[in-house]
Amino acid sequence: MNVNEALEIVGQTNPGMVRSHNEDSITFDADYGLAVLADGMGGYNAGEVASGIAVSVLSSEIRHHLDGARPEQKVAGSQEEVGVALLRDNVRKANLSIYNAAQSQPQYAGMGTTIVAGLFYDNRVAVVHVGDSRLYRLRGETFETVTRDHSLLQEQIDSGVLSKELARLSQNKNLVTRAVGIDADVEPEVHVYDVEVGDIYLFCSDGLNDMVEDEDIGATLQMLQGNLALAVNQLIEQANDNGGRDNVSVILVKVRASYPAPSGWWTKLTSWFRN
Amino acid sequence: MPAKLILSMDGVVIKEYALNKERITIGRKPHNDIAIDNLAVSSEHAAVITILNDSFFEDLNSTNGSLVNGTPTLKHFLQNNDVIEIGKYKLKYLNDQPTQTSAADFEKTMVLRAPVKSSAPSAAATGAQSAKYEATTQFNATSPRAETRPHVPQAAPAAAAPAAPIAVIQILNGPNLGKELELIKNLTTLGKPGVQVAVLARRPHGYFITHVEGGSFPLVNGSTIGEQPHQLNDHDVIELAGIKMEFYLKA
Repeated sequence: MNVNEALEIVGQTNPGMVRSHNEDSITFDADYGLAVLADGMGGYNAGEVASGIAVSVLSSEIRHHLDGARPEQKVAGSQEEVGVALLRDNVRKANLSIYNAAQSQPQYAGMGTTIVAGLFYDNRVAVVHVGDSRLYRLRGETFETVTRDHSLLQEQIDSGVLSKELARLSQNKNLVTRAVGIDADVEPEVHVYDVEVGDIYLFCSDGLNDMVEDEDIGATLQMLQGNLALAVNQLIEQANDNGGRDNVSVILVKVRASYPAPSGWWTKLTSWFRN
Repeated sequence: MPAKLILSMDGVVIKEYALNKERITIGRKPHNDIAIDNLAVSSEHAAVITILNDSFFEDLNSTNGSLVNGTPTLKHFLQNNDVIEIGKYKLKYLNDQPTQTSAADFEKTMVLRAPVKSSAPSAAATGAQSAKYEATTQFNATSPRAETRPHVPQAAPAAAAPAAPIAVIQILNGPNLGKELELIKNLTTLGKPGVQVAVLARRPHGYFITHVEGGSFPLVNGSTIGEQPHQLNDHDVIELAGIKMEFYLKA
């Protein structure tokens, strides 16, 4: 089955209750199995500019490349898959675009963005992220984070200084240790995960997980998995009902069927028939 | 404003110490930042490590130990108003940072650069941040993994308190006739998955029912609600997959 028939994707972004600007940007395209979410930072409208650049570089470049290649193919002369390389290389490309814009235009100085993006292909999902925008997964009864924030808090949790519970009490929120566009280069984190039919993936900005406990996010998804559009609405509504202090963005991807890569002989056969 | 420790004995304040250094030591010897000349205090008794806006108390294997909020403690993530006791002395931790309920806590996300970047442009401010950041990792590396579980301070900040009284759904027909369901969660689903499901959302300004899935929409007082959320009033009758139920607010 094609990836666009196998996946159901819905998403929404909302400025929240306090901020006048929405510095988040999102895009998704079921035809390419792609979802991208970025949370910009910087004065005036620089945050929007940074997240906007990141999202448009990733989505346009990746779609352009996939028109001539399959994501599960190996990059020439390497063991790496095209899908993985596309995610990593284009986050770097976005990084450079934002960095250069910030260097050349004083009003954009210091702007940057977090990013999380997923590319679904061959019954898997390749995930890239930088900063504290997250990917979660609901599989059966289990709701868990897939990405690990690049943040001071996460580092403290990892090293055992803070437990997850105590981290909620920390005053050091919103300190990311990596962001796109701040330095001339960035190190994106990329992983590939197997996907199961029935999985629901949730991409979000910290405006969701800072305002709504993981447990409540998971329960909402579990209850409303029959209606993804409503689930997105309810999640944003909960963030806003709890104060909505930040922009909040959510993309949900539900895996309705398996989507193996077209096998070699089949591709050859169909192309032979076409000719 | 940096957090501070207020040293007192028998309710009399002795001195105030700003936590403006990454590591502040407490002990009997005069080289300590907080020197307490008393035999119950070990020469190097304890330390407070501060990472940006968070502070951690650590007992340095002192002879007589330390209490935090009355409990013997080796390591503790300090929260506003915590009281450390060393011998007869008390140190109260005050952190005037905005609490989680204040908007300022949700200041915009900032980047804390990792110190490894060689090409990093070195503005003075960045340098300072990097140094702090480096110190953090050092602290991580040297700090013993909590030997005692730090006791959890006050309960986590409560979620937005429900503004409305507790609402209840009572079944009016079928095998579950008379059964009541209290709507204590933010969301409650009703119905049968695959057949007809609706969700009841508890929001600050009331309760709303919304269609989730199924071929037909729920009825409220006999009329269909369509796809949009519908606010429920006291004693509304909901009908879903042939089951009637009454929504009411408990006094």
